[in-house]
Amino acid sequence: MSEYIYYPGCSLKTSGRHYDESIITVFKELGIELKELDDWNCCGATASPSVDEAKTSAITGRVLALAEKSGKDILAPCAACYMSLKKSKKFLENGSQKAEKILKALEDAGLPYKANVNVKHPVEILTKEIGMGKIKAKVIRNLNNIKIVNYYGCQIVRPFTEFDDPDYPTQMDDLMDALGLDVVDYSAKTKCCGGALTANLEEPGLRLNYILLKEAKRKGADAIVTLCPLCLFNLEITQRKITKKYKEEVKIPVFFFSQLMGLSMGIPKEDLGFSRSMIPLKKFWEKVENGGSK
Amino acid sequence: MKIQEKVINEEDMDRTFLNDIKEASGSTEIDICIQCGTCSSSCPMAVYMDYTPRQIISMVKNGMRENVLKSFTPWLCASCYSCQVRCPMDINITDVMYAIKRKAVEKKTYPSRFAIPVMDKEMHKILTHNGRSSEVLLMLKLFLKTRNLIGLIKMAPLGLNLFKTGRIGLKKESIKNKKQLRQILKAVKEESQ
Repeated sequence: MSEYIYYPGCSLKTSGRHYDESIITVFKELGIELKELDDWNCCGATASPSVDEAKTSAITGRVLALAEKSGKDILAPCAACYMSLKKSKKFLENGSQKAEKILKALEDAGLPYKANVNVKHPVEILTKEIGMGKIKAKVIRNLNNIKIVNYYGCQIVRPFTEFDDPDYPTQMDDLMDALGLDVVDYSAKTKCCGGALTANLEEPGLRLNYILLKEAKRKGADAIVTLCPLCLFNLEITQRKITKKYKEEVKIPVFFFSQLMGLSMGIPKEDLGFSRSMIPLKKFWEKVENGGSK
Repeated sequence: MKIQEKVINEEDMDRTFLNDIKEASGSTEIDICIQCGTCSSSCPMAVYMDYTPRQIISMVKNGMRENVLKSFTPWLCASCYSCQVRCPMDINITDVMYAIKRKAVEKKTYPSRFAIPVMDKEMHKILTHNGRSSEVLLMLKLFLKTRNLIGLIKMAPLGLNLFKTGRIGLKKESIKNKKQLRQILKAVKEESQ
């Protein structure tokens, strides 16, 4: 098993703070101390590549080169960070003139990049490297009465398909299943939440998230589980307005997979950022209490 | 309807546009598009666009530079990459959209008060300057630039909610080694000119 350097990105330090808290806690429980990449910068997400290609590759290149120095693989929980770094890696390693120029600029600044770093998502690391056996052994809380749907969103599965199938991934479902949760099939698992558009364009934002929430409700889910901070944010902030606009109750908690992992491992909910939910969790906790211990 | 010629004649087409977009997107396959429409039917935002992704590809192929660079379509792309993974001709459609956006920024032809290009530009500015994005700063700049005071007021309940759950960063974020970041950015800028 390789060692990892943790790249939180901007979302995990602000709106997705509970992702940061729960990821660190869960990995610690599994015996892995996550060390944060020193002096990391933002990946540029969907904004920078819309403005300047060379500068986008330069900022993502800085992250790759900093991580390479540590000699470890990058652990990137945010789907946009994961995709942006992978995209940049591919670009910087394609041997083009454009790429060579950026590599030279990095090298001149004391950050030579030699293509010796991998970008990984924690779900991949958990399922493929740590393994279900080790995870299952840590489960002490029975959550089999909690019905969930797994929502992957876009950028973790597209355009690169190393993670899983671009339309119908199952890795997170397998992980949640191993924890003992009642996983329900979710046909909207890779449909778009609107990404960075949702907070600014109300009409499309509400419509896209309505599709996702309605399908989760139809499946009778108690919660939506996701691995992307922007997906979670959009699914939370649109619920009240959707109910008003479409005259339909769509209230449902949205969690990061790592929060439920921690819960099933018996980690106190205070250490997993549950209090940061914008959706009331009263019903959810009642159901969890009714489950009892394994 | 205004009665005017609706046909674009061959002499009005900009023959260099296709190559410009190929070069900027790194997608050399644009001209093999078979106009099947898989991209448009996969696109969650197509219903809001002035031209569908299929139309944009055709317009790029046919040198309709002005219409493409003024279009809202690329700015309505949510970067979900559905079109890109489904394209039977392996055209990197999302990357083409990014290339169009960059050209529109460069030529200043993007819809200037539309929130998305303004947000992208401001965010890029903040994070190339500080190394990290700062949400509050970004929101303020966005509403100022789009002159959308009502939008800012409407955001207040969300801001309060984020504040209550400790999910908003109020201070300006920055990396330590800004000097290094500036050096890299300056070098790539000089190189690309």
